Amino acid sequence: MIEAQQLTKRYGEKTAVDRLDFTVRPGTVTGFLGPNGAGKSTTMRMIVGLDAPSSGSVTVNGRRYAEHTAPLQEVGALLEAKSIHPGRSAFNHLNSLALTHGIPRRRVEEVIELTGLQSVARKRAGAFSLGMGQRLGIAAALLGDPATVMLDEPVNGLDPEGVLWIRNLLTGLAAEGRTVFVSSHLMSEMALTADHLIVVGRGRLLADTTVKDLIRQSGGDTVKVASADPARLRELLAGPGVEITGRSGSEELEVTGLAARAIGLKAAEYGIALFELSTKGVSLEEAFMELTRDDVEYHGSTTVASAPDDRNTEAAEPVGSAA
Amino acid sequence: MSTATATRAATGRPAYRVTTARVVRAEWAKFWSLRSSWITLGVALVFILAFGLIRDWRYTVMMNAGHVHDPEVLGANGVGLSLFGLNFGQLAVGVLGVLVTAGEYSTGMIRSTLAAVPRRLPVLWSKALIFGGVAFLLGLTGAVAAFGIGTGILSGSKAALGFGDAGVVRALIMAGAYLALIGVSGAALGAVLRSVAGGIAVLLGTLLLVPGLMELLPTSWQNNVSQYLPSHAGDSMYALHQDLHTLSPTAGLLVLMGWTALALAGAAYRLKRTDA
Repeated sequence: MIEAQQLTKRYGEKTAVDRLDFTVRPGTVTGFLGPNGAGKSTTMRMIVGLDAPSSGSVTVNGRRYAEHTAPLQEVGALLEAKSIHPGRSAFNHLNSLALTHGIPRRRVEEVIELTGLQSVARKRAGAFSLGMGQRLGIAAALLGDPATVMLDEPVNGLDPEGVLWIRNLLTGLAAEGRTVFVSSHLMSEMALTADHLIVVGRGRLLADTTVKDLIRQSGGDTVKVASADPARLRELLAGPGVEITGRSGSEELEVTGLAARAIGLKAAEYGIALFELSTKGVSLEEAFMELTRDDVEYHGSTTVASAPDDRNTEAAEPVGSAA
Repeated sequence: MSTATATRAATGRPAYRVTTARVVRAEWAKFWSLRSSWITLGVALVFILAFGLIRDWRYTVMMNAGHVHDPEVLGANGVGLSLFGLNFGQLAVGVLGVLVTAGEYSTGMIRSTLAAVPRRLPVLWSKALIFGGVAFLLGLTGAVAAFGIGTGILSGSKAALGFGDAGVVRALIMAGAYLALIGVSGAALGAVLRSVAGGIAVLLGTLLLVPGLMELLPTSWQNNVSQYLPSHAGDSMYALHQDLHTLSPTAGLLVLMGWTALALAGAAYRLKRTDA
């Protein structure tokens, strides 16, 4: 359980984190989402006490991180991938962290096995690939068997196999009852793993919601249906929680609150011919961009003359997000 | 695993616990698990021995050549000659001290270290304790070995001294203490500046350049001020005889301890107060 109250971090004039209030609960994967420079990393650094808040506070399981007698047992954090000395072997790195807490050597071997690092555990960590470095960071995060696992951009730079491994790991950890808090600037990734979402932009809280609600709010799961008798169909489909829009004179209707399958069955039952039936799912990506459009810190301007597309000129994608 | 975690979280009685002794053990393991530690300590030892013995040998050559009135030969004694290498060994030890702390910042290791020990200060004390201890033993070993071998080279000359002569054992122990304090100062500077290059620059500047700058001062000031410089205070710690305007070994030790404490205080302040 992580609780932030009016958490604020200012660097001179710039406010990196602006009065954030949120709670990360155990048993689910909570995604921490925002464009680059939204203050996600700074928030995570404040959670584990690497940065001190300018004002407000953040606690882990009811106490400030530094006040715990065994901090690694409360929160296991992967911050930046390279929080290691490149000259030290993976085993020695993990063992040195374990020694501070009296964590037995057996547990060190265990996390090495869990993260699949056995074959390289005795090699200098500086020679590790990005994926291996990420696994080592996760091994360190899991070392204390922590109640809360916090990972900053864990899938960054991983190959598909690595990404899949992280996804399964996260859902597995949450299923064990742990608090899992994962940051990302990729909505699509969060959609696959997170249940709950905390969305930030320019340090401010934009949404504290579930993946489902976010889609619904942004008008997701609309079904477009074109039929021979839109007026009749409209009457048939009407019901609680169902919203239908359509222009008079048009054979198209837009239905929210009903699945395409249900609409099709209903139309068949009453013998109404359908010409088109398609789910116009608003992607989470679009929902996210809609939400953070005004809060993207670095707008890229696309000046490629050959692509005068609407989407390009909008350029809601933060520069460097592909990195 | 999950039930165990839940139980511990519920009861608030974790099985693990951070203690200062454990932080010391962890820092000990960290120090020895880096190749640079071994290499730099080796280099320091080689410097102490090699330059000390070369100086002994040069003395005997000059003696045999009849340069008895050369100032270099005239006031020489076995301790001063054999411990000449400390001037170079201290540089290696000081640099390693900087690496012990600033190296964590340049690599990013500091984030892991402080996440494990968020109270922070035990990390600094542990590093100072371990590296101070290691540097002391290195200095003592180097000094004893250099002096012991040097005794053989110098035997029969006017500078020849044995372990039994007055002040010799004290000088050798002080040589170890000197390297310990230089090493801890290096570690403190590294923690203050959080930069390997910056730490080394300030350390070497203090040890090598500042004494030279003293020459710019009026002589009377020089006499009063320069003996309190870290390098000169250190020199007087293991010198067998005191010249005019140099501190006694004990005073030299106290002055250098003062400088080290000052650097450590700065390091503690920076570590505790600024974001990592």
